[in-house]
Formats: sequence, C-alpha cells, structure tokens
Amino acid sequence: METINTNMLTILTFLPLVGALFMVLIPGNEETRASNAKKLALLFSTVTLILSLAMLSGFDASNPNMQFELNKGWISSLNANYHMGVDGISILFVVLTALLTPICILVSWNSITKRVPLYMAAFLSLEAFVIGVFCALDMLLFYVFWEAMLIPMFLIIGVWGGENRVYAALKFFLYTFLGSVLMLVALVYLYLENGNSFDILSMHGMYLDTNVQIWLFLAFFAAFAVKVPMWPFHTWLPDAHVQAPTAGSVILAGILLKMGAYGFLRFSMPIMPEATYIFTPYIYALSAIAIVYTALVAFAQTDIKKIIAYSSVSHMGFVTLGIFAATVESVQGSVMQMINHGIVSSALFMLIGVIYDRMHTRDISRFGGIVNRMPLYATLFMLFTMAAVGLPGTNSFVGEFLILTGSYGAEHAQLYVVIACLGIVLGAVYMLSLYKRMIMGEPVTQEIMRLKHMEKREVFMFMPLVALVIYLGLAPNAALNVTEAAVTKLVADYHIEVAHMEKDDLQIAYVEDK
Amino acid sequence: MISADIIFTIVLLPLTASIIAGLFRQSIGDKGAMGVTTTGVIMSALLSLYTFYHMAFKENAQPGFTEYLYTWISTGDFSVNFGVMVDKLTATMLLVVTSVSACVHVYSIGYMAHDPHRARFFSYLSLFTFTMLALVTAPNLLQMFLGWEGVGLASYLLIGFWFKKPSANAAAMKAFIVNRVADLGLLLAIFTVFLTMGSLEYTDIFAQVNALHTEYFSFLGFDIHLLSLIAILLFIGAMGKSAQLGFHTWLPDAMEGPTPVSALIHAATMVTAGVFLVARMSPLFEFAPSILEIVTWVGGLTAIFAATIGMTQHDIKRVIAYSTCSQLGYMFFACGIGAYPAAIFHLTTHAFFKALLFLGAGSVIHGVSDEQDMRKMGGLKFALPVTYFIMLIGSLALMGIPPFAGFFSKDLILESAFMSHTTSGLWMYGLGTAAAFMTAFYSARVFYLTFYGKNRGDEEVYKHAHESGLVMLAPMFVLVLGAIFSGWALHEMGTLDWWQGAIFIADYHTGLEHAHHIAWQWKYLPLAIVGLGGLFGTIFYLWKTDLPVKVSSSLGLIYTFVYRKWMVDELYNGIFVCGVKYLAHKFHKVGDVLIIDGILVNGVAKITNLSGIVMRRFQTGYIFHYAFAVVLGMCALLTWLVF
Repeated sequence: METINTNMLTILTFLPLVGALFMVLIPGNEETRASNAKKLALLFSTVTLILSLAMLSGFDASNPNMQFELNKGWISSLNANYHMGVDGISILFVVLTALLTPICILVSWNSITKRVPLYMAAFLSLEAFVIGVFCALDMLLFYVFWEAMLIPMFLIIGVWGGENRVYAALKFFLYTFLGSVLMLVALVYLYLENGNSFDILSMHGMYLDTNVQIWLFLAFFAAFAVKVPMWPFHTWLPDAHVQAPTAGSVILAGILLKMGAYGFLRFSMPIMPEATYIFTPYIYALSAIAIVYTALVAFAQTDIKKIIAYSSVSHMGFVTLGIFAATVESVQGSVMQMINHGIVSSALFMLIGVIYDRMHTRDISRFGGIVNRMPLYATLFMLFTMAAVGLPGTNSFVGEFLILTGSYGAEHAQLYVVIACLGIVLGAVYMLSLYKRMIMGEPVTQEIMRLKHMEKREVFMFMPLVALVIYLGLAPNAALNVTEAAVTKLVADYHIEVAHMEKDDLQIAYVEDK
Repeated sequence: MISADIIFTIVLLPLTASIIAGLFRQSIGDKGAMGVTTTGVIMSALLSLYTFYHMAFKENAQPGFTEYLYTWISTGDFSVNFGVMVDKLTATMLLVVTSVSACVHVYSIGYMAHDPHRARFFSYLSLFTFTMLALVTAPNLLQMFLGWEGVGLASYLLIGFWFKKPSANAAAMKAFIVNRVADLGLLLAIFTVFLTMGSLEYTDIFAQVNALHTEYFSFLGFDIHLLSLIAILLFIGAMGKSAQLGFHTWLPDAMEGPTPVSALIHAATMVTAGVFLVARMSPLFEFAPSILEIVTWVGGLTAIFAATIGMTQHDIKRVIAYSTCSQLGYMFFACGIGAYPAAIFHLTTHAFFKALLFLGAGSVIHGVSDEQDMRKMGGLKFALPVTYFIMLIGSLALMGIPPFAGFFSKDLILESAFMSHTTSGLWMYGLGTAAAFMTAFYSARVFYLTFYGKNRGDEEVYKHAHESGLVMLAPMFVLVLGAIFSGWALHEMGTLDWWQGAIFIADYHTGLEHAHHIAWQWKYLPLAIVGLGGLFGTIFYLWKTDLPVKVSSSLGLIYTFVYRKWMVDELYNGIFVCGVKYLAHKFHKVGDVLIIDGILVNGVAKITNLSGIVMRRFQTGYIFHYAFAVVLGMCALLTWLVF
C-alpha cells in the first residue's frame, strides 16, 4: 500500500506517457491503426481516471500539507529533485485533467480522421505533462512540465486545427513562451537565493526583500497572466480556440487556463506575499475589466466558438479577483470556480463541436431552430447555459458567489465586486442571446431540417459533466471540503507575511521619525 | 401539530413530479406526465391547506419553527443550510402557491390538450411550483435566492415555451435579463448582510437588527446607514421580480407565454415574491424608514402608472398584466406605510381573483381561436355563458366591490394609508383611490368589449366560438370561491396579532392599527369612486360606444404617449440595448482587434520582423563591411570617451 501511495503520482503522470509511446508502435494499416489507437487511448486515459479517483478517495482532507509525496534525486549536479506531491489545492485539478482526457478522446472519436495515432499520442502526453505541472514540487521539474505541455498543444492546434491554424498555433506558442521565459529568469534567481535548491516548499515563506519580490512577482506574472489569460493578454485565446479542434478547446479551456491561476496560488502568494499584496489593487482592476470588457466583446461575436472563448476570459476574471482578495471564502470560491469552469466551458465547447461536426460552420447566422430537430441537444445546451450564467443550484453559482461574497469585505475590493456583478448580468445577455439565436425559433435552413440526432457516444460523453453540474451545485461541500484545509493554511500564512510587512513598514516609519 | 416532514413533502412533491415528467416523458407519455404532475401538485395543495388550517385556525397554534435538511455551502466562516422556516407568512404563501398552481395544472390539461409538447409544459409548471415553494419556505436569504432565480428560470422557460414564436423568445430573454439586473441588488444585499452580520439565516439577521440599527457602512465610498443600504438593495431585487416602475417592462411582454402560465406565474405567485420578500424582511425594513418612504412612492406611482396604460391596451392579456402591475403597486405602498398584513392579505385575495381573470381570459381566447385582440371580440356573452359569469366575478373582485374578495383587502390598504396620518400616507390614499377608479374603468372595458355589443371579429370564428370543457371550468370554479369568499374568510389576516410574530411593525407605524377608526366618508369615498369608474366604463363601452375614439383622438399626443406605454420600452432600447451593443462592438473592433491585437501584439511581431529585415542587411558576409563597422564603432566610442 505504502509503495502505491508514494508512487501514485508517478503512475498518474507517466501512465498516459506510456500510452502515448504505444501509439507510435501500433502496427497495421492506416485504418486499423486509427481504430486501435482510439481504443488504446481511451483505455489508458480511463485507467488514469480510475487511479486518480482512487487517489482522491485516499486523500486526507483534514491535512493541509502535501500528500502522496515522493522526493528523489534527479539531476544531482543542479540539485534538482524529482519531488512530487498533491495538496488540497492541486488534487482536484489532477482529477479534473484525468476526467476530461477520456472525454476529449470520445469527443474526437469520429471528428478526427487523419493521423489518429499521433493525435491520440499528443493528447495522452498532454495529459501527462499537465498532471505533472500540478504535482511538481521542484521548480525545475515544474518548468519542464510547464514547457513540455506546449508541444502537444501546439501540435494539436497546428496539425488538426482549422483553416487559419498556423497563425493561431504560433500566436499561442509565442505568447505563452514569452511569458514562460521571464518566469525562467525568476526561477533561476529563486534557485540561487534558496541556497541552490529548486524545492518549492522550502521557498514558501523564505525571506526576500520587497523590491526583489516585486521583480519576481512581475516575472511570474508574465507567465501566469498570459496563461489565465488576464486582460489585456487574452487575445491569443479566441484565436487558439477557434482554430483548435473541439477536444483541443476542451482541454485548453478546461485545464490549461487553470495553470496560470494555480501558479498564483502555488508561487506568487506563498513566495512573494508582499509583492502580491502590493499588486492586489491592480489585479482587481484587471480582473474587473476582464469580467465586463470580455463579456461585452463576447456579445459582439458572430463565431459561436469565440463567444465561449471570450466568456472564459470573463469567468477567469472572477478567479483572479477571488485569489487576490485572499480570504478563505474567496480563494475557496476561486478554486471551485476553476473546477466549475473546467466542467461547464468544456461542455459548451463540446456542444459546439457536436453541431460543428454536422454543419461545418460556426457562423451564428447559419443556425436557428435547432430545437426542432435535436431536442435533447437543446436541453443539454440549456442546462449548461444556465450553469454558465451561474444559476443557483448549478455548480457555477457556488464558485461565483463565494468569490464575490468573500471579496466583498476585502480591502479595496468592494468597487470591483460591484463591477463584477455587472458581469453576471452581461453573462446572461450573451449566453441567452446565443441560445435564442442558435436553438430557438423555426429552422432557418434545409440543413437544419436534416440534422441528425445525437448519437449514444455523444450523449454519453456529456453525462459525467451533467452529473457534476448538479451535484456540485447542490452539494458543493464535496469539493470545498477537499480544498478547505490547504486553502485555509495558504491564506493564513499569506496574512501573517503581510502583517509582518506592515509592521516592518511601521517600524521604519517610526525610526525615520526619530 | 405541523412537522417539518409535511413541509418538505409539500416542497419536494412538485420537484419529483417535474423530474419524472421531464425525464421519462417518452415512457410515461403525455397523459402520464400530466397525471403525475397534477396529482403531485394537488397533493401539495391539500397538505398546504392542512398546514394553513392548523397554523391559522387552531387554538394555541404553534407560532412557527425552522428545521434544516443539510448544509448546502460551508467554507471558512461561511455556512448556509437547506431547510424550511415555517410561520404564518410561509403557511399563507404555501396555500396561495399550491392552490393556484393546482388549479392551473388542471386547467392546463384542457388548455394545452392539442399541444405536442404538453409533457414538457407540465414538467416546467411543476418545476416552477417547486422553486416558488423553495423561495417561500427558505430559512435564509441564500435558499430564498435559489428559489428566486429558480422561478426566474421557470418563467423564462415557460414564456418561451412556444419556441417557434420569435416574440416569445425575445420576451423570455427580456424577462430573464431585466430580472437579473434587479437581482444585482439582491446579491449585493446578501453580501452586505453576510459581511456585517456573519450569517444569512433569517433568525440571525432579525436578532441583530436592533443592535445594528445605528451602524453605518461604507459602500462605494459613501457612508450609508447599514440597514437602509440592505433594505434598498433588497427592494431593488423586489422591484424586478414584482415588475415595479422602472423594472416593469418585462411583465406585459411575458404575456407571450401560454395563458395558464400568465395566471400562475405572472399574476398570482412569482410576481408577488417581491412583496413577500419585503414582508419577510419587515423586521429589517422597519428600521429603515427612509427606504420605506421610497417603497411607498414606488408602489403608489406604479399603481397609477400601470393603471393608465391598462386603460388603453387592446390585448386582453396585456390589460390584465398591467392591472397586475398596478395591484402589486398597492401591495408595495401598503408595505411602505407599515401595513404589511394588509399587503399580504391583498396578495392572497389578488392571487385568487387575478388567476381567475387570467384563466377566464384564457377561456375566451381558447373559445375564439386564439384571438387576443379585444377589437376583434364582442358579443361573446351567449357563446361563453360560464366564462361570462366567471369574468364577472373576477372583475368585481378586482374592482373592489363588496362583498367580493378584493374589496376587503384593497379597502384595508387605503384605510391604513389614510390613517397613517403622514404626508405620503395621504398621498397614497389619493393615488390608490385614483388608481381604483381606473381599475374599475378598465375592468368594465374588458368586460364589455369582450362580452357585449356586436361581434367585431371574423364571422367564422364567432360562429365556432365555444365554451370551454369541464376540465377548464372546474378549476375556475375553485378560484371563483376564492374570489368571492377569501376576503371575508381571511379578513383576520389584516391584523398584526394574527401573524404571531411572522411580521414585525415598529411603533411609529400606526396606520394599520387605527385603520378601522377611519371616518365613514373617507371609508366609502373610494367605493364611490370605484362606482364612478365602473359607470364611466359602462358609458364608454356599452352605451355610447363611439365615445372612446372621440376622447382618445381629442387627447391626441397624451393618448398616444400612454398607449405606447409612456415610451419606457423605447427609452430603454435607446439607452441600454443600443448602449450595450455599441460598447460591445467598440470594445471588440477598437479594443481587441485594433489596439491589443493590431497595434500591440502584431505590432511587436512586425517590429521583430522589421528589425530582422534591417539586421539582415548588415550581415552581408563581406569581411570589409564588418571591418568598416568595427572602425566606425571605435571612432564613435573614442569620440564619446574623449568628449
């Protein structure tokens, strides 16, 4: 048992990678390779999902520290270690990744026809690297996973994407890479300051001068803000989404965006608390702009995928607001919102994929009256629309509500909470108008009159997401309890550091007065 | 003894029925879906009747209790539960909601008989009933908000039920979004309550009101009296749901939905949620007198504003919709002057007679092949004799003619307003009486235009005009009983003592207490005015039928202005709809495409590219070029070092 526990994360991370290697080795002609690749990929990702659920059931929620920890030598000359572990903050992301990957494979079942084994290999390796990012406790290891993940994603957009895929793939790559390079600089600095160690946990609470923290914060911020994405670093996202195949969008919106916010929680707050505190008002402003501005931009779109893409930026604005408000409720809300967004926006992208597979267009003016032919589709779309607008009883409400109610009392945050509330109205505006124009009314074209019903596979892949929307909406404590202890510790440590800083400032002022 | 289990059963029966009808409509069929939902809601109604009887009429009835089911959200200091809070206010609302809902369910079996999507319709109706019950039984603000948004969703789904009608889809969206705007007030109120009181449970809130009533709270840079801030934010939410002045535009449009929906949601239950909220929070509102003043005036102005529009509309359902808006105004100004019991009393009687009117209007519409324009009706008295009788009762109750239900409650509101002896109280008495005149006028107008005179519509339609079947008439008879007797039978609701602490009135509000001391001439003046209104209506639409056209054309612009609903829709379209569209367009085209992407992102790429081109020029590969550059550089360096 003990060996399984300590090696659990390693298995979770590298099992998909093993699967990816298998893809290359599948023999046979084009057709059999494709069909075997799909089945094998589904098998590997499902086993990973089951293992991740097993890990979740064995997770001790009352313990705020790292669990399933493993620390082994890796590159001894650099003193870099293979240090893996999960706490309450990261474990749900691991499970979410493990859940969305098999769904992504189901999504791609029929829509991807060329180079299937390679595609599946890309997805499995993407899953491996993403899980690695969330588990890595050594900064170099983290950085390797963080950058490695770009490669499969770049391929997914660039090879299996739409007509303008190369531009989008390059934009995605360069944007995120530019941010990451600055992070690398900060990382090397931290390594040297930390006595030549990359260990993330040992950096938590280490002494860093306020000015140094500001520079480090900005360097990390470059990487994370692009990833989230925060306004105004968001324009790569709509392009990437529009060009990516459906499953690419699902993984992008569902998981990759969360890595930026996760970075704020794992690096910025614990390692650079003073700088975090100093930059908080600016982050509030950027978040509020993201929420309202991108909601409005979403309303102006005619490409249905762009509407959802922009809505992601808006929803992630809530997340950054909640993280920097730094109360237990708001940070809990942010983590919850990230999970919820992973579920809801994935489902919305999948819904768009279902209709795209039939009509090969994303232009909203070509749709209308889908409900006449696909009532079940319309029902699912309604459910996820309501979840997207944060109707109480769905999961999204819990996250948004906790973020807003937790931030409301935080210093200087009130105005931004009020502005964020406007985003809730605008969310209803663009989502309902999308629903009205796409789903309701008389069928606008012959093409819509001929639409096929959803097949079993398509219905099946939505079911886990439907269940989660309702379950987490009515019993959110199932998720909140997992994250509670770790978040409470994070927030408490952060406030201790900030209080120290304020005391130091007072002392300096006192000395100067004398 | 009423146990929590009974209340949970009342609330959860419609939900269960809705889920069964919604998910398994393939296997149980339309009949099965209708049977399940209707039975579920009727059982809820019977249990509610039992509950109400026990709490209202039994000696030594228990004053109320709160019981929790499970913890919904809990993290950090925040914790909120699902559960029920039962007192007389809850019991009254349970009775109103479930009884009207049961009637509407049965009625719909007939009304929707030929609709291919009936199962879905009944599933939505029961879903609505559940969310409304969750709202009225909520023990805390957050569960109340769940119900509040839930009824909004059900309303959205039901207004847009005929999804092929573009106007219905637009109306559904409008209802949802206007309500969402108002809900921001409610959300901010909830944030503020949690921040300052540390809990959202009603009992905790009411316990702290006394201690907090001198506190100030900094909101967006202004120091505001805390309880007043919470009260106004709550009231903004209430205004949206109850379609008060400024937020009223969605309600008339909501008439695009099937008529049973209008009766249940947009007359009897959902739209009264705002009044319920204010009454429920009366312990808090009573400590915010300045906000109560606002509540009073918004209510009074809505009462008269909506009534003026009601007099001019041609669509039978829209007239009744504006009438609803106006009657909700009465309820709000009653709350504003501290006569919450009178408000809830009127809410109850209004639920019965307004639902009746709507179902009667539905019966008319059903009878004349879905025609809603009163200009194309007339002379239907003989074709629809039972409906004629039903509409007569409903209209008399709405006008406030004794001994029908509306008389008792409306009279009490006006008396309380008069006896409150405040300026705004007297104003409300005046506005309320004037609105009562208009109410009588438009009620008579609807009645005569529909049933009297010559038929003005299609001859074929008139010939086939037919009375509704028993399944539609029976539930209307139940409501007829309510419209006749509920005022008399429930008049004790109009006293504070009856409520046993479910409603709180501060000492400075004496209007209700002294209402029955009103001098007889002031007591009967409104009744006389109502009679006058009815008389005018009779002259205009029965005796001298050429008068309306003459009067409206002589009024010219004023008439057009009122007929076009005071241009509020046009105003909102101009400001909000176009404003949002303009901003959306600009942010997209200028913000994202031009500045961020065009100048910044692609600009950086272009500069990189350009500098690449320039730099490439230097890398010619000829050694003497490099040598020349080195020499030039050294010269420059020397120059800089020397000088």
